[in-house]
Amino acid sequence: MAVNARPTRRRRAAHFWNDARVRAVTAQIVLMAALLAGAVYLVHNTLLNLERLGVSTGFGFLWTAAGFDISQTLVPYDRTHSYARAFLVGLLNTFYVSIVGIVLATILGFIVGIARLSSNWLVAKVAAAYIEIVRNVPLLLQLIVWYFVVLGNLPLPGDSIALLGGAYLNIRGLFLPKPVPEPGFAWTVYALVAAIVAVVLLARWARRRFEETGRPFPTFRVGLAILVLVPLAVFLLTGAPLSFEYPEVGRFRVSAGLVLLPEFLAMVAGLSVYTAAFIAEIVRAGIEAVDRGQWEAAYALGLSRGQTLRLVVIPQALRVIIPPQTSQYLNLTKNSSLGVAIGYPDFFNVAGTINNQTGQAVEVIAITMAVYLSLSLAISAFMNWYNRRMALVER
Amino acid sequence: MRITTLALAGAFALAGIGTAAAASPTLEAVKKNGFVRCGVNASGLPGFATVDDQGNWSGFDVDFCKAVAAAIFGDASKVKYVPLSAKERFTALQSGEIDVLIRNTTWTLARDTALGLDFVGVNYYDGQGFMVPKALGVKSALELDGASVCVQTGTTTERNLADYFRKHNMKYEPVVFESSNEAIAAFQAGRCDVFTTDRSGLYAERTRFSNPDDWVILPEVISKEPLGPVVRHGDNEWGDIVRWVFYATLEAEEYGVTSGNVDELRANSDDPAVRRLLGVEEKFGEYLGLPQDWAYQVIKQVGNYGEIFERNLGMGTPLGIERGLNDLWTRGGLQYAMPFR
Repeated sequence: MAVNARPTRRRRAAHFWNDARVRAVTAQIVLMAALLAGAVYLVHNTLLNLERLGVSTGFGFLWTAAGFDISQTLVPYDRTHSYARAFLVGLLNTFYVSIVGIVLATILGFIVGIARLSSNWLVAKVAAAYIEIVRNVPLLLQLIVWYFVVLGNLPLPGDSIALLGGAYLNIRGLFLPKPVPEPGFAWTVYALVAAIVAVVLLARWARRRFEETGRPFPTFRVGLAILVLVPLAVFLLTGAPLSFEYPEVGRFRVSAGLVLLPEFLAMVAGLSVYTAAFIAEIVRAGIEAVDRGQWEAAYALGLSRGQTLRLVVIPQALRVIIPPQTSQYLNLTKNSSLGVAIGYPDFFNVAGTINNQTGQAVEVIAITMAVYLSLSLAISAFMNWYNRRMALVER
Repeated sequence: MRITTLALAGAFALAGIGTAAAASPTLEAVKKNGFVRCGVNASGLPGFATVDDQGNWSGFDVDFCKAVAAAIFGDASKVKYVPLSAKERFTALQSGEIDVLIRNTTWTLARDTALGLDFVGVNYYDGQGFMVPKALGVKSALELDGASVCVQTGTTTERNLADYFRKHNMKYEPVVFESSNEAIAAFQAGRCDVFTTDRSGLYAERTRFSNPDDWVILPEVISKEPLGPVVRHGDNEWGDIVRWVFYATLEAEEYGVTSGNVDELRANSDDPAVRRLLGVEEKFGEYLGLPQDWAYQVIKQVGNYGEIFERNLGMGTPLGIERGLNDLWTRGGLQYAMPFR
């Protein structure tokens, strides 16, 4: 949106190509037309060639039975469901690993980034070594190390490692007790929702009071207490209506319970450890971008180092941090397609199977590209919204 | 100006297609290149396609690549090997990146029709099987209820597996890998109870294990896997060449022609079948667009089917696979060459 400073009151005699605006618009129209023509030519050419080779085209295959199984399904799926459903299962698996990875990478990245700035020599050097090692080793290699070296050396199901609370760890995955809600458990869920609403309102009230009167309120501690105690009280009052299905160790396998597959664990570990190294650097850059004077002013007001970080520095640093952070989230999501190397049934892995079973390479690749594009655009849109919220608000 | 150039280029392209339609465009391209571009197994399958540290390929599938080159150029070494993963292979063939695909590929209806491909024959009759650690104590695939199964993606294997377990009302957990190397590493580490692929592949992979005797291949064969060379649909003359090169190796075995005695038989044999095969009588070479001694060159340089099988897969090799279904029809197998008449 270039703003033309001078009002366009030109002499009529001038040729239109002497007008910079007309030239610019014309150039853009020509370029767009050329691009479109190129795209149309490519699509047409592809269709023509597929036709000539006798390869059938179209998306009709999506509604035929897939005929293969997937190890991790977040929605009901078996071999009789359609290829479209199989795509959905893969997509949800990609979502699942990306979201868990993003959350863990953000937490780890912030901790390491702040540690890197620590005045403690050892802490700072350990953080620096972590960052330099992890971000300079290719991710694929790290995933393979996590999967084959770290998780691959876990014992067989017969010799499972028993963890606290009836959980087991072995080469087939992490087996956790599975919560089974009983009648009446819904009340606990309602209580949790009510507690969340209450905490949000409380935080708003505390903030307003702080801005008006300057009296701080321990929002975090009180909020946490509400979040934990209210649902817990309701849970106990209704007679603790929740039971656990515990995993059982058999000779060959562990049955029942909730299982996190080793492929998933390796993906989460690999993606979050790798991305956290980049996030740590972004966080460090963001904090260092905040003027030294801000620290000094905060200290002069009597704030502790922790308070200074939390209340003064990080809110300002976030403005620098968020845009590159978005790129890291996008990278993590796209990197989850490396799951194909270690058997994680993500979208790309499932698409590969579908591609080979149906032979509809062009369609499957088009769908894959469209899905990763929309996924990335969605994350971008969300982060842009968050960035606008965090941007400097002048009062 | 640019439009004229484009139009000219288009006209030339059309003209190119027009003239080539008379003979085999693939054969023309192969002759022009000076080598056959042959798609083989990228991850290397012992006995079928492996590459040594000098970059020399060998194996059962590789020998058929060599046979095609020997028939065209009289020189079995004029092959450019293109290693392909299971996922890439059909696209590579469709797009013209390779001339022929000989990569333990199963002939199925869908592939033969919807993918624009043509299967020219079955050089190996295979079937999908299961391998388990001996320590598991399992004797039959029917005892595998609840097992986790390592499998390579991009094969008919996944579907056969799903069908078999469903038919027998058993549960399983598929762990799907992009490459067979990773699938096998996970299987050996104990991630899965079972590894499944074509039985030829099971025997081949087992030779690479540190203790091959600790692993058993279960007796069940859960699918028909006829493996064979594949060409693009539409170039029938090229398909004929690959098909009859394969038949020549079978015909040679049936009539006792080996790489050792082929020179003598060409000079002295009175058997009309042998004389026709070796190009002493009839003009089969001309019909195929090949030199008259094409089949002689195949047998001389690569050998007959039996020789190829024994050299790469037979009892004398680490794989130790019996001829079984792949024996000649005269000995109770399924291998049968159409007559050279």
